[in-house]
Amino acid sequence: MVWYKIMELFKTDTIYNFMAKRLPFMGLSALLILASLGLLVTKGLNFGIDFAGGTIVQVKYEQKAPIDKIRTILSGTAEFQDASITEFGSPEEIIIRITGSSADLANDIGDEISVLLKPTGKFEVRRVDIVGPKVGGELREKGLMALALSLLVILIYVSFRFEWRFAVASIFALVHDVTIALGMISLFGVDVNLDILAAILTILGYSLNDTIIVFDRIREGVQKSHKSVLEDVVNESVSRTLSRTTLTSLTTFFVVVTLFIFGGEIIHGFAFTMLVGVVVGTYSSIFIAASFLVQLKFSIADFRSKEAEKLKRQKEKDKMRAMYEQGTV
Amino acid sequence: MKILNYRLVIFILSIIFGVVFAIPSFLQTDTGKKISLGLDLQGGLHMLLGVQTNEAVTSKIKTMTTSIKYFAEDEEILIEDLSFKNDIINFILLDSDEMAKVDKMLSEIKGLDIQKSEDLTYNITLQPAQIALTKDLAVSQAVETIRNRLDQFGLSEPTVIRQGAEDIVVELPGIKTAAEEKAARELISKPANLELMAIDEDKADQVYTLTASQASQYGDIILEKNDGSGEKYLVKEIPILDGSQIIDAQVAFDQANQPIINFTLNSSGAKIFGDFTAKSVGKRLAVVLDGTVYSAPNINERIGGGRGQISGGFTLVEAGNVAIALRSGALPASVKMLEKRSVGPSLGADSIQAAMLALILGFILVIVFMVLYYGLAGFIANAALITNIFIIVAVMAMFGATLTLPGMAGIVLTVGMAVDANVIINERVRELLRQGMSIPKAIEDGYSNAMRAILDANITTLLVAVILYMYGTGPIKGFAVTISIGILASMLTAILGTHGIYDALMPKITKSKNLRKWFGIK
Repeated sequence: MVWYKIMELFKTDTIYNFMAKRLPFMGLSALLILASLGLLVTKGLNFGIDFAGGTIVQVKYEQKAPIDKIRTILSGTAEFQDASITEFGSPEEIIIRITGSSADLANDIGDEISVLLKPTGKFEVRRVDIVGPKVGGELREKGLMALALSLLVILIYVSFRFEWRFAVASIFALVHDVTIALGMISLFGVDVNLDILAAILTILGYSLNDTIIVFDRIREGVQKSHKSVLEDVVNESVSRTLSRTTLTSLTTFFVVVTLFIFGGEIIHGFAFTMLVGVVVGTYSSIFIAASFLVQLKFSIADFRSKEAEKLKRQKEKDKMRAMYEQGTV
Repeated sequence: MKILNYRLVIFILSIIFGVVFAIPSFLQTDTGKKISLGLDLQGGLHMLLGVQTNEAVTSKIKTMTTSIKYFAEDEEILIEDLSFKNDIINFILLDSDEMAKVDKMLSEIKGLDIQKSEDLTYNITLQPAQIALTKDLAVSQAVETIRNRLDQFGLSEPTVIRQGAEDIVVELPGIKTAAEEKAARELISKPANLELMAIDEDKADQVYTLTASQASQYGDIILEKNDGSGEKYLVKEIPILDGSQIIDAQVAFDQANQPIINFTLNSSGAKIFGDFTAKSVGKRLAVVLDGTVYSAPNINERIGGGRGQISGGFTLVEAGNVAIALRSGALPASVKMLEKRSVGPSLGADSIQAAMLALILGFILVIVFMVLYYGLAGFIANAALITNIFIIVAVMAMFGATLTLPGMAGIVLTVGMAVDANVIINERVRELLRQGMSIPKAIEDGYSNAMRAILDANITTLLVAVILYMYGTGPIKGFAVTISIGILASMLTAILGTHGIYDALMPKITKSKNLRKWFGIK
């Protein structure tokens, strides 16, 4: 009977007392956030060409790439002195990163590099990305805009569907996830390009998904159960959704891990960010988001009386309408 | 209970829709709408070009100066010190009796600000509105010109569209080699500005001693020969004609079997050219392309008919490209590269392979997991998941969307998230079954309980996707599109579709009562 122990990893009838341990978890999160902020301040983000401008040339050799030789050649030129050369995925393939960009259409940096590298052996230039300073600035602006706008829209929607404290708590959880993800990106020196921005925005949506499922249960609990202590309702809701949160995270985790391992070098950064996001997002949905809600002193009694008020008003309206339609008014 | 219910009917219809419209893309059939691969997957060149619109204004001023000069000579009106500096045309009218004539001519040109001083010095500038119009026109003209050139270059499906006030997006799928890419870039960037200019024969012998600023005092400029020999020519700054008057250009061969380009002028160009050659017999004419002199033949007689030729040591390919550029018109201003993304076809193929592998592996993992964990309920969820993928592909194919690498990542992600709806539902149903509820009631309540959470979660993700689409560029837009379609499709398949299947199977489920087989619980 081992089998269906596996099939029922989580029994929804066990209620864990998460809220009793919320302070240690919030402490851990605070620590992680501080560490991330520290990294962001001291080490900073490694902005790729999409945001910083610059040039990337990807070259594949027929044999092992002679990195030292390439380095010597490029450092001998005035233009490409500061070029960084790194292996990319396999020993045959390299990436050359140059901080400058060229505006000349007929003869660009890619052309110049392939002329310079001629003596190093047989190769194929597989990718040349050039981003001028103007475009880099615009993309940076748009990226920040997208991030800010997403947060705002989420805030409005959740306030509208739940209550403002739910919205604030979910935003806290999101900021928590994004900050830690950025910290990891900084720690591992991932090139921050547009795809990383997309990954971060996806984490945002994904972690929000998880948080909303938990909050939905809390909302349901507040409306339906007879418990009036918020901690109890929260514990019950988080425990009841625990199986779902973990299972969905697991399936998404499978997919992101395969993407990370087999997806190829180009989506490596994206997959890495997603990987961190899934883990952190799951953690925050279980341990952090609801803790914030409790910390913000969401009051069940107030919520219920407001709901009752709403219901009463609705009923009165209906009554008035009925009377009106019958012609009694 | 009848087998067919409205949910199942909608689900079956969406399966049929998905399969029918996804088949051309999956099997890569020749007919039918297919998903096209983005540049990052099939290889190709994407560029964002900035048009230097200020140059267009300067060149408009230059053209106007040319026509003022021609007008004055044609009408035998004496003017002096005709010049265009800093986008201002200056000249002095020597005979005040001719003022009415000059003013009438100038009044026919729209958008000019004309200032006249006491001594009949004219100061002509373009009005701000006219400058804006000129810039705007320059960009749309550049789009048209680049599109014409690329069409004639013979690349498949070039895309040239304007973006914003001064930028142009050029996308060239199907570029195979670095050499081909460079050739395309050269063709696009070629100004192809042909000018026929008069050589200043009076001072021609001083050409090697004059500085540029000295030359400009005479109203001349110094140009070099195109062959790199260092030979220089002193030519009149104001050209006789420019390339806007060309109606055709073709490659031909001269007596020595060298490639040359024959061009034909329109009627007004032909008249100007005829008039000029008639009065300049014995002098030389410089054929100037993009600021270098290609040839400077002697004028032996009046040249009528508006035909001329450019020779100057072209290779056949060069001559062909120059002819294309001349035919499709000059660029009204030079273009600068603001952004370029070029992906070789082999890299694109590698990326597809890697992403496909990840997609299939991830998919199999999820499917196996669902069956192991949920039993037959997992099977039902998987049916919804597979339909979901078909629908994503079908919708993308219908709208002619392109599949990019981030787009594929989006599909992979949707697979993970689409399962979520079924996980939520199944967990709810299990919960109710454990409480001892009857199966039909548990399913009914499980769905309605799960509904609110799924909707809220999906709507917020959709909102983020919309923002991504609005603020994203190129590939990121593709990512936003696939997750949006995926979320919408999952509502149809994972919520409505699976519910329909349960409704249809209800008699069987209630009869068997084997909760472990159906839902994976005791």
